[in-house]
Amino acid sequence: MDFAFSEEQEQLRGFAREFLAGRYDDTRLAQLADSPSGADEEVWSKLAEMGWLDSELTFLDQAVLFEETGHRPLPAPYFSTIALAAPALDDETAKRISEGTLKATLAWAEPGRPQRLLDPVTASVSGGRLTGEKVLVPDGGAADLFVVVASDGLYAVDASDAAVTPRTTLDGTRRVADVRFDGAPARALASGEEARVLLGRIRDRAYAAVALESVGVAQRALDLFVAYAKEREQFGKPIGVYQAVSHKASDVYVRLQEARSLAYWAAWCVSEDDAMARQACLAAKSFAAEAAVFACESAIQGHGGIGFTWEHVLHRYYKRAQWLAAFDGPGRGQRAEVAAYLLD
Amino acid sequence: MDFRDTPEEAAFRAELRSWLQDHWTGRPVEGGRGDFETLREWGGRLYDAGYVGLTWPAEYGGRGLSPTYQAIYLEEMSRASAPGHPGVIGLNMAGPTIIAWGTGEQKQRYLKPLLTGEDIWCQGFSEPGSGSDLAAGRTSAVLDGDHWVVNGQKVWSSYAHKADWCILVVRTDPEAPKHAGLSYLIVDMHAPGVTVRPLHQITGDPEFNEIFFDDVRVPRDSILGRPGDGWKVAMTTLLHERGTLGFALSAELERMVNHLVALVKEPGPDGRRPADDPVIRDAVAREWIEMQSLRFTNYRSLTALLETGIPGPEGSGVKLAWSEANQRLTSLAQSVFGLHAQVTGDDAPWNGFWQYWQLRARGNTIEAGTSEILRNIIAERVLGLPKGR
Repeated sequence: MDFAFSEEQEQLRGFAREFLAGRYDDTRLAQLADSPSGADEEVWSKLAEMGWLDSELTFLDQAVLFEETGHRPLPAPYFSTIALAAPALDDETAKRISEGTLKATLAWAEPGRPQRLLDPVTASVSGGRLTGEKVLVPDGGAADLFVVVASDGLYAVDASDAAVTPRTTLDGTRRVADVRFDGAPARALASGEEARVLLGRIRDRAYAAVALESVGVAQRALDLFVAYAKEREQFGKPIGVYQAVSHKASDVYVRLQEARSLAYWAAWCVSEDDAMARQACLAAKSFAAEAAVFACESAIQGHGGIGFTWEHVLHRYYKRAQWLAAFDGPGRGQRAEVAAYLLD
Repeated sequence: MDFRDTPEEAAFRAELRSWLQDHWTGRPVEGGRGDFETLREWGGRLYDAGYVGLTWPAEYGGRGLSPTYQAIYLEEMSRASAPGHPGVIGLNMAGPTIIAWGTGEQKQRYLKPLLTGEDIWCQGFSEPGSGSDLAAGRTSAVLDGDHWVVNGQKVWSSYAHKADWCILVVRTDPEAPKHAGLSYLIVDMHAPGVTVRPLHQITGDPEFNEIFFDDVRVPRDSILGRPGDGWKVAMTTLLHERGTLGFALSAELERMVNHLVALVKEPGPDGRRPADDPVIRDAVAREWIEMQSLRFTNYRSLTALLETGIPGPEGSGVKLAWSEANQRLTSLAQSVFGLHAQVTGDDAPWNGFWQYWQLRARGNTIEAGTSEILRNIIAERVLGLPKGR
């Protein structure tokens, strides 16, 4: 039994934390979130240089990066490319990702229908051409390539062959887009049962990534909360001496540690293809994303008026936490699947 | 990172599982509330089979194994719904404190009978006037020749009515500052002047007690550490309580989740299965997830313990989260019976199991450090927030 990241993984964490904190202080992050694209266009090639996009990384290596890119949100389609799209792609395409010349994402949800990852879809392919309408595609405006869920399998479609309509979103650094495919040239990636299994694995992986990122978000919210409770004085004392404040911070700490334990468990299960992977990922996603929302809400309350302002960075984290909690439906959907595992 | 058992751990797990299959035949819902003499006898069998004191040094009757084995033991015991050894105060509090502070003679005298279940221990820390504020205790011990003469009253002492020995925090120097005036004695519960009065909990069971000390003469050398070391010694006791407690709690919660799952799958008093109600399903899933989160938090804390010798700070919240989860879970279980949940006696649903545990769970946020004190500890020692007192 060993529940620790390796020395190399801890080094990667330290390096990532330093890089992200250096490049995106709170002011810069706010500027990017409010910019027309919401993205740092130059960073992608840097990520490739640093090896973050390398297809050789294990999921536990990537786990460290998912957590750190929650602690300091990375305004680039890292989650969409690595967690959502890459597992479906062939080696040739994966190589282009490693080299930093390709950003990709996954398009699954369709308007007016159940929109979770494993729900049936109507987009269809005929004669190598894909037709259908997808909505809420993560980082859809930034991607060069879409992995599209169609009724009979998964397909790759170039963004230049699709009509992309970016949507504005609360979380400015991870936007979504609606994407229409009108007989777009499509390359088959997987079909039938194989596609179904693959999509299930992508979902597990995405849930683990969301959980890890949520842990990073919750940690930063707690860091901000604690720092403020030490420095802000009222009635002649730092507000952290008052138990109405300090106990709230303690509750966030406990919830965060539980979330972290589940997220690491899920990451390990994904990397080992463990028999409990499905349940671990459902548990981690639902719990950790809700913990991140709880951490941000507690931190906003702990900051008083200043935490409620647009100027303060907290709302950026809060909106990311809400994005994560809403990913593939709120926690009750994941818990319904856990309940089916336990009770049916 | 690797959650799998090593071959040695896997062998230990398999051996224990098969031993339990052969030896534990009790009904699952009896766990924890059985007759004391039966439990004591069960404790002796666990000891004979080599499952008590797994992490204790071999020279004191233990097996000298790493804490991982204790975690496996607790997991397997819970999966078999087998009750634990009844000498919990001795095993988790008195024993580790004696190992850390005791003389060679004290270790020889006390440790083995504690492991076998022959000697039962209780704890004399809280007093009517000092609960969370342990250092404000007023029970006194005054030297008279070769004896300490103890006078005062302790309270909330589990197992005192069965106990042979008590770990007792007393004030030996009334002039010294609050913390420095304390000492830590080992007191024979059968000595003249010791009176135990059971206190009935809201469950109706007399699980804990008041202890009155009336000129009780305690041999001068029945002390752990020196006079004035009482606070430091007591902190060792509490550290052990918190350090090894986590796995017992998550294993206990796993047992309760399993019972909850069984409960909601049965038709309720109205003929409907609670498991068909989406609200119940969500709540059951929530508690299963909570249980897993505590289990893996313990693993993280254990990894730190194995690497550094000190349990990781993440474990400090386990008792806090567990106690609230156990309260939610048992209340959820009682709720599925509707008004039938009130019916006691032979007709009580589940033989009164959920009635007992729902009420008993209210103590979970009070005993072994109230949730308020635990939140203070996390705020001050883990988060570094300024002290309020």
